[in-house]
Amino acid sequence: MGKKKQADDRFKKFGTVSFTSITKINDFIQYMEDGKVMATKCKDCGLIFFPPRADCCQCLTSNMDWAEVSGTGKLVTYSKLEYAPVGFGDDLPYSIAVLDYGDYKIFGRIASDVPDEEVRVGMEMKTIVNKLPNEQLNYVFQKV
Amino acid sequence: MGKVAIIGVGQSTFVRQYPGSIRELAFDGFKEAMQDAQITAKDIGASVICSAPEYDKQRSPAGVFAEYLGLNPQPTFYVETLCSSSSMGLRLAYSLVKSGLHDSVAVIGFQKMSEISSAESQERMGRGGDIQWESPFGTMMPAYYAMYARAYMEKYGTTPEDLALIRVKAGTYGQLNEKAAYRKAITMEMFSDPENRMASPVASPLRTGDCCANADGSSCIIVANEEKAKAFCKKPVWIMGTGAATTAVNLAGRDLFSGLTVAEQAADEAYKMAGITAKDVDVAEVHDCFTIAEMMAYENLGFAKPGEGKDLIQGKETYKEGSIPVNVDGGLLSKGHPIGATGGSQIRTVVLQLRGEAGDIQVKDPAIGLVHNIGGVGLYGNVTILGR
Repeated sequence: MGKKKQADDRFKKFGTVSFTSITKINDFIQYMEDGKVMATKCKDCGLIFFPPRADCCQCLTSNMDWAEVSGTGKLVTYSKLEYAPVGFGDDLPYSIAVLDYGDYKIFGRIASDVPDEEVRVGMEMKTIVNKLPNEQLNYVFQKV
Repeated sequence: MGKVAIIGVGQSTFVRQYPGSIRELAFDGFKEAMQDAQITAKDIGASVICSAPEYDKQRSPAGVFAEYLGLNPQPTFYVETLCSSSSMGLRLAYSLVKSGLHDSVAVIGFQKMSEISSAESQERMGRGGDIQWESPFGTMMPAYYAMYARAYMEKYGTTPEDLALIRVKAGTYGQLNEKAAYRKAITMEMFSDPENRMASPVASPLRTGDCCANADGSSCIIVANEEKAKAFCKKPVWIMGTGAATTAVNLAGRDLFSGLTVAEQAADEAYKMAGITAKDVDVAEVHDCFTIAEMMAYENLGFAKPGEGKDLIQGKETYKEGSIPVNVDGGLLSKGHPIGATGGSQIRTVVLQLRGEAGDIQVKDPAIGLVHNIGGVGLYGNVTILGR
């Protein structure tokens, strides 16, 4: 009887509640532990993917590099939630949003310390790693 | 190749909590459609069962229904595209009949959402988004559509009051629909009274009054080839066009936030196939899961130019007497939204309109009708064009 191989389930750390534990881009979590939010870039066609993907559907290859999300993006839209799905009630209220970096967009949350009255569609924001009270990790959009 | 017709339509009454099991729920819509078509189960060549499966304990409901509805030994298919499942089921039935594989098909949509709590239901609906990259942020359907509402209102200067007008229209007709779960009048004063439930924020800028509610329900559409339709049916309604499209599940993969690309693309395909334009449509059912969804539908279907949807509702052009009546059965906002049954209910309304059998909500002498049914947050789009 061989020892059972330990599954690489690092992705279970992503977000308040993660619904995925095993994925080929689990190094994303390691980068987040180091304070970086990463996209992937296809070595063959140069396309940048966010959310990061293990595979390029254009080239049908899996030759990916990691590429750091840097600089700022424009706030495309957002919504502040007054109700939450099961498992997210302790986070209320919070705002989910989309940030446009030009080559790609990011779906995430607006940082909880950004006052509502300062949030405007079109504003420049940056994406930063955030540690949640339950030790989970996510990323949030912060004012610049 | 001959034409394809709808020869029977039915739906259960949509209710908050159905007092029976899912097979019994499916029976209600099926019975009405079969009685409408005046046929028996042996006249049906195959069934297509449509739902979003995660609400049920029963795995593979298609086989259970086929037996309960007397549709053995005919084959059965199962179709799922979230909230547009039964419109996609109709598209499959169209192709099965058009190909000659089956001469008639029953499309049965159902959902019994009351088996789980509202919060659990929101969590499951939220998982109709991207579970790897969106759901961990705590997403739910109203918040996703609210993001479209925010971008739309920023771009065009549309107000929360413009959206509320759509809910008021829904209430006007919901009162007349004996199959609707919500049959009360809604007024603009309810939206301006902070103490009123309609005005309470859900996910900004959407309020309770902007959102449809969960419901239990079933629907059934009987599809047949031209020969069978003419033999069985005095007033067949013909499927003139069917359009369907998909897009990125994650909002980060999309470029348009002031409309739904899947609706535009599905409408284009359906209009081309039918050989008509938006101007030719006499009556429409659109997917108003939220008020903003109906507003965007006006524009995505070509009833209004981008940004001018508010002019249609302000001018009451989408009321029964207007230039393009929309959701004169009360829409999802009044009927409730039993996911897999919704598209079939919309199709039923338009079929009854085209036959001149819509009673209190009958639009004057319509020849062409349109059904717009969206799955997820604009993930799946279905547009069906029907004619006399």
